[in-house]
Order: sequence, then C-alpha cells, then structure tokens
Amino acid sequence: MAEEIKLPGSLKTDARIDSWISIEAGGTVSILTGKVEYGQGVMTAVAQVGAEELDVALARIRVKMADTGVTVDEKLTAGSGSIEESGAAIRYAAAAARAILMDKAAAALAVPRDTLVVEDGTVKSPATNRQVTYWDLMGGRTFDAEVTADTKPKSPGDYRIVGHAAPRLDIPAKVFGEPAFIQDMAVTGLLHGRVVRPPSYEAKLRSADLDAARKIAGVVEVVRDGAFLGVIAESEAAAVKARAALAAACRWEEVAKYPNEDSLYDWMTSQECEDRLVEGGIPVDKPIPDIVTPSGAAHTVEAIYARPFQSHASIGPSAGMARWDGDELTVWAHSQGIYPLRAALACAFDCPKEKIRCVHAENAGVYGHNGADDAAMDAAMLARAVPGRTVRVQWMRDDEFKWEPYGSGMVMAAQASLDAAGNIIDWNFDVWSNAHAGRPRAKKETAGFIACWHRENMTPPPRPADNDGKDGGAHRGARPYYDFPKTRIAKHFVKPHPFRVSSLRALGTFGNIFAVESMMDELAIEAGLDLVEFRLRHLKDARARAVLEKVAAMADWNPARWGNGKGQGIAFNRYKNSKCYAAVVFNVEVIEATGAIRTPKAFIAADAGLSINPDGVANQLEGGLIQAASWTLKEAVRFDPVRITSVDWETYPILTFREVPEIETFVFQRETEKAMGVGEATQGPTPAAIANAVYAAIGVRLREIPFTPERVRKMISEARAARR
Amino acid sequence: MSGEFKLAVNGRTHTVKAEADTPLLYVLRNDLGLVSPKYGCGAEQCGACNVLIDGDKAFSCSVSVKDAAGKQITTLEGLGTPEQPHPIQAAFIAEQAAQCGYCTSGLIIATKALLDRNPNPDMEAIRLGLQDNLCRCGAHSRVFRAVRRAARELAR
Repeated sequence: MAEEIKLPGSLKTDARIDSWISIEAGGTVSILTGKVEYGQGVMTAVAQVGAEELDVALARIRVKMADTGVTVDEKLTAGSGSIEESGAAIRYAAAAARAILMDKAAAALAVPRDTLVVEDGTVKSPATNRQVTYWDLMGGRTFDAEVTADTKPKSPGDYRIVGHAAPRLDIPAKVFGEPAFIQDMAVTGLLHGRVVRPPSYEAKLRSADLDAARKIAGVVEVVRDGAFLGVIAESEAAAVKARAALAAACRWEEVAKYPNEDSLYDWMTSQECEDRLVEGGIPVDKPIPDIVTPSGAAHTVEAIYARPFQSHASIGPSAGMARWDGDELTVWAHSQGIYPLRAALACAFDCPKEKIRCVHAENAGVYGHNGADDAAMDAAMLARAVPGRTVRVQWMRDDEFKWEPYGSGMVMAAQASLDAAGNIIDWNFDVWSNAHAGRPRAKKETAGFIACWHRENMTPPPRPADNDGKDGGAHRGARPYYDFPKTRIAKHFVKPHPFRVSSLRALGTFGNIFAVESMMDELAIEAGLDLVEFRLRHLKDARARAVLEKVAAMADWNPARWGNGKGQGIAFNRYKNSKCYAAVVFNVEVIEATGAIRTPKAFIAADAGLSINPDGVANQLEGGLIQAASWTLKEAVRFDPVRITSVDWETYPILTFREVPEIETFVFQRETEKAMGVGEATQGPTPAAIANAVYAAIGVRLREIPFTPERVRKMISEARAARR
Repeated sequence: MSGEFKLAVNGRTHTVKAEADTPLLYVLRNDLGLVSPKYGCGAEQCGACNVLIDGDKAFSCSVSVKDAAGKQITTLEGLGTPEQPHPIQAAFIAEQAAQCGYCTSGLIIATKALLDRNPNPDMEAIRLGLQDNLCRCGAHSRVFRAVRRAARELAR
C-alpha cells in the first residue's frame, strides 16, 4: 500500500506548481496566494519565501492576491494562519519550480545539474562560462507539474532573504498617494452608491419617499427592495446628499430591546446558556463538575472579570464594488475570504457560483470580520439596478459603527487554590460569551448579509453559533498554558444575542487571557511571591520561560520602584496554546485624582519560531499591543434600550498619538523552528499587564474593561471605603 | 448651486464644475484623480483626509470646494515622487511607518504641517502635532521614529 503523502499547508488543496508560481517572459516572477493583504505584511512575507527558494531578488517578485478567477481557494485570511498555510505552500512550490528550472538549465547548458550556480534567476555554469536565465527557460510557459513528497526546500541555515528584515512591498504606493485601496480604483463610468440602513436592528420601515432622493441632481437610481434602501449617483457628493435626503424621508418604527448598559454582565450571566466543559481546548458535552476547594488549599482566590462588546473600528469604513454583465457578477471586496464570499453571494442571488468572480482589493485594516462582506453585497444589490455599470458603495462612518459585527462581550469567573508552598493545585475558569463567529456562509435558508435581512424576499440571519473547535471562539485562551495539576474549564454560550457579533482579532483570547493573567497576579500577591517567579514555577516550556525572562530583563523589572502612582505589570500567553509566544510589560502612571492611566512605555518579548520578516513581526506585535491597549483603556460599544449610540470617534474613542506607549520589542529568531502567525499574540497579555501595573501602582484591582477614568475613580473610592 | 471653481493644487490650477458645497475631498479624489486624501469619518475626527491649505493642515472632508477655491492646496502627491521623495516620505519608508497605510497620507501631511512650524519638535510636540490623526493598526511608535528621522534629514 502506498504511503500517505502529506503535503504542507495549502498544497493539500492544490499541489500544482502553476497555481502558486509563474515565471514571466519579462524577467519577473509572480507569486499567487489566496491570502489577502490588510496591512499585516503577508504580501511581503510570501514574496520573501518565493524569492528565497527560487534564488531571485525580492524586487523581481510580483504578488497576486486572492481572486476567484486566479488563485487557490485558501479560505479565510484569519487566525494567524497565512504563513503556515500559504507560506508553506509557496515554499514547497517554489522549491519544486527551482528543481525543474535547474533540470532545464542543465540540459540547455549541457552540463551536470550539480555544477550549476544561480544568481538572481540567472543559472551559470562556472566550468563552461555559459549561462541561461529562468525567463529564457520558462518565461510565460507553465510548469505542468505538481509538488511531490520528494520536493526539498532549502535548509534554514542557507537563508539569505527569509529571516531578514525586508521593506514591505505595498508601503511605497501608500506613501506617494498612488491608488492602493478599493476606494482608489479608477473605473470608467463608475457610479457611486450609498445605503440607508434602519436606525436600529429591529426597526420596521413604515414609509419611504424615494422622490426625496430622486430630486437630488446627479442621482441615477434610488433602490428600494423591502427595507433595503440605497442610492446611486454620478458623483460621490450627490450620493452622500441623496443618502441624507432618503434617510430623512423614511419613517421607521423602533422597539426597545437592548439590555441595560450598566448591568450588561449580570444580564449575560443570567441568560439561557449552552454549558459545556472544555477539555484539551475542545468544548464537550459532559457535565460540568461543581467547584470543590481541595483540602490542601492554603489560599483560595476568586474573581470575576469582564470585557464589553467592542468594534473593529477600521479607519476606512467598509466599501464594495460590483458590476452585473447579464447574469455574471464581478465583485471587488476587502473581505478576508474571497471564496467564502463568492459562495455566500451565489446563495444570496440564487445563481451558480461560477457566474460570480470575487477579487480582493485592499481597504483599511479590518482586524477580523467587519463590514467588508456586507458592503460587497450592498454593491451587488445596487448594481443590479444599473446593468453593465460598476457601482462602488462606500459605507459612511455611522454605517460602520452601527452595523458591523462586534467582538462579543465576555464575563470570566476564575477560582484557584494554592498549597502552602505557593503552588497552584486547583484551577477553575468559567467564561460566558456570545458567538465569536458570524461570517456569511453558503446557506439558502439563512444569510449572513445585512441586505438579505432587509430585502423584500428576506432571508433571516442564522442562529448564532460559536466556533466550538479546539481553542476556537469564546474559549480561545481559556485553557491556561501553565502546568496546573488540576483544571476545570467551562464555556457558557449565552444564547440570546442582543448585538450582531463575529470575529474580532484574537476572539476570546482578549477576555480570557485578561482574566487568566490577572488571576495569576492575584494568586501570587496572595501567596506573597514575585510575579515573574510565580509564573515561571508553573511553566515548563523553555520557550515560554524565555520570553517571560527576556521581557522582565528588558523592562528592568523592579518591584522596589512601584507605588505612589507608578507601577509595572507583566503578562504572558502562547496564542491558541500553539502559536506565537508573547510576554509584555507595561509601565503605567495613575493619577488618582482624575483616575487617568498613562502608559508611557511597553515592552514585548516574543518567539514566533522562524520569523520570515522580523521587522514585519515586530510591527504586528506592536500594533496588536497598541490596539489591545486601546480596547483596554477606552473602548466599549455604547447603547441605549433602542439604539446603538456609538456612531463616530467621539462616541467610540480610541487611543490617540498623545496616549500611546513607546514600545521596545525583542523577537527570538529560531530559524529551525516552524514559522508561526503573530498577528494576535499581544492582544491577550496587554489588558492583564495594564491591570497588573495599575495594581502595582495604586493597589487597586481593575477587573472590568475599559479602564476609563470614571471607572478607575470609582474603583479607587470603593477600595478606600473597604480599607476603612 | 453648481458652478465653476479654480483650484490651485500642487502648483497647478484646475477648473472644476461642482456644487458649491461639495467637500473638497471628493473633488480631489474623483475629479482630479488625487486619491491620497481618504474618507474616514466626514467629521474632522480622524485626519485621514488631511491636506494643506495655504500651508495649514485642513480636513478636506469638511472644506467646501467654494471655500478652497483660490487657495494653495497641497496633497501627498504634491510632496514628492518615488524618484524624488520628500524627506518625510523617505522617512516613512525607511522606518516602515505603516501597517494598512490608510491613515498614512494624513499623517505625512500632519507631519509636514508640524515640521514647517517646528523643525525640531520634542516628543511631546510630535504627539501634539499628530493628535488629530487616528491610526487603528497601531503603527504609532514607527510614525514617531519617522517624524524624528524626517526632522533630522530636513535639518541637514
């Protein structure tokens, strides 16, 4: 029986070399990837991998990203998976391509293959002083071969491009104002679309005077399909005016249905839940045992932590572009999943998916599932009214804040016991949450697009469901990476969903690691132990220990300097318990009178195995830390009983240039270890490190995000009252 | 009311037909093909649409074409080119001071406005100079480095 051959990464989907690499006649090399760029640097990383294996200069590489007409179906660009999936495929495909090129070169030069050397795509025979280029051999032609189990990529010791900082390929266009984003694409005869959404999720349209918008000069069409409303105009300004006019000419009936903002977490924990035990990171249908404090417990600590619903809050609101040519639809989208989007659109329009082409085009960073797919659907809806013409829909700022799917609010309850020596002997962790999944899927009876919920022939949203896979959604990060002798982890999936939710960077990790790493501090303090030493004594993995020790050294970790409003906090996680290791330290200053927390400095130590582009890795880790600090210090989706009230940057403030910390970053380069995704590695430790630093500074424990000045003042006065 | 307006952008004069209250942002992007200023909020809260008007940083989403007419407008395209980059642009590339890059144009314009007034800003002045611009990806520390590098280069 033939041995099963397991090819790495996305080669499992498509092992043909031509699906990943093409040598052009003009001396450039195209790398094809089904992953998409949104500022995380994946374009440059896969280019480095291809250039390395092929032995060509990085400048020769052109990267073609997700396009259902061209690239392999690599599903979503999410979960820190691009390097392991697409990067691995390109590594082996490029190695296989190089082997074929070398065979051809050997034949062309009539010398043995192992006497040849390659320099930037030129194959030379030192013995005969003759040479031939890749483009001579292959330019414009296909390899017609597959990657096989025999394909041998370079050994990491030979790397000259991978593992070294490379400037991002996409940055120059953005620095010189060249067209780089979906909004910048010049299209002949382009029309501008805007949508008019209901003022709240459940609002019913009573009447709409479409003539109010038709009267605006430059308006081409006003579209109404049930309660789906939109305008199409020759100019963007006219579309914006028509949107406002149409919105003012609609009468809606609204209902009060949201929980009380001030008691959100009590509401969440008192709803009907699906309760599951989490074993080895997987939710299972087993009874959840009661918490029984072990007899040998010298100290037992329990605490409840919470995070609110939060927005992706992309700087560029979502946009989509579409054109119908007969029954064929072309859509440009900044979706994280071009193939899944196509499948969902095919269901929404009840047409074969072969009739639809989806092409990725960049917008501002998305950080998960924001309004990208909806804006694409909106464009396709509006474009139906103007066959043969391309319509670009740009969501306005309030469309994005009110309608994008949020990251779910979460409540985490931890209870743990220490023995007399200060070792954790029992660990209990319960998490309550809505879903962290909600992307559009290929279903007929339900739909993941807003437009489908509102149009006349409406399709309802699917019943919310979380990702229940290993370290999947709400329970991602709930399984401690520490070596505890006994753990009991429970996931309580809160069934009523007051808000639209989906994937926000790091999913449950942000709430869970906030709770786990805050609890680690609370336990160490209870036992009177050093916060770093306490973590190390529960951590066997040498790479995990290394990042903790490194970050403490970088930060000049020194409890003697804390107090009087200044403190340091540390926290650690290994993302998904299987990816990048990251430890962070925050230095904070707390002004007790105002409750303001300043974060002048932060430190990161991380280990992502082989870092293909170390500068790109640092950029992702630092960006993740700043974004998570913003979530921690400032962010919560606000609402009243009827409406979302976070509609702009004043009602949903984020961290500004005045407030961000300066950051020092160290990344262990482990060339012989597998490359691991880094984009979500600092989201978890950041909130805990800030909370722990605040405790070090003023002795007040913050367990509810965001740490706004009002909340900090309240916690300070409660702590003072308790001491009296 | 629709009218004709003379706009002086990046040293060239253009005549555009538009409604008088059309935001300058849309005229620059769609009529003149200068796509560097971005729509972000339409409310002077994020700075993605920043341009220079008579040397001052302005929010092109909130300035009408009528009010911009007759003034000197500078967009990112007017600063430099890949062949001849402005020192601020060169500094942003050298420091890799971007992630998604959607806020980059506004930040470079804000940096230009800052350094024109204060060629040697300290950290606090840099933070203040950029406080009207939002970045969601968290490239801030790189942007700080780029501003300091640009200031050094411009002083040479």
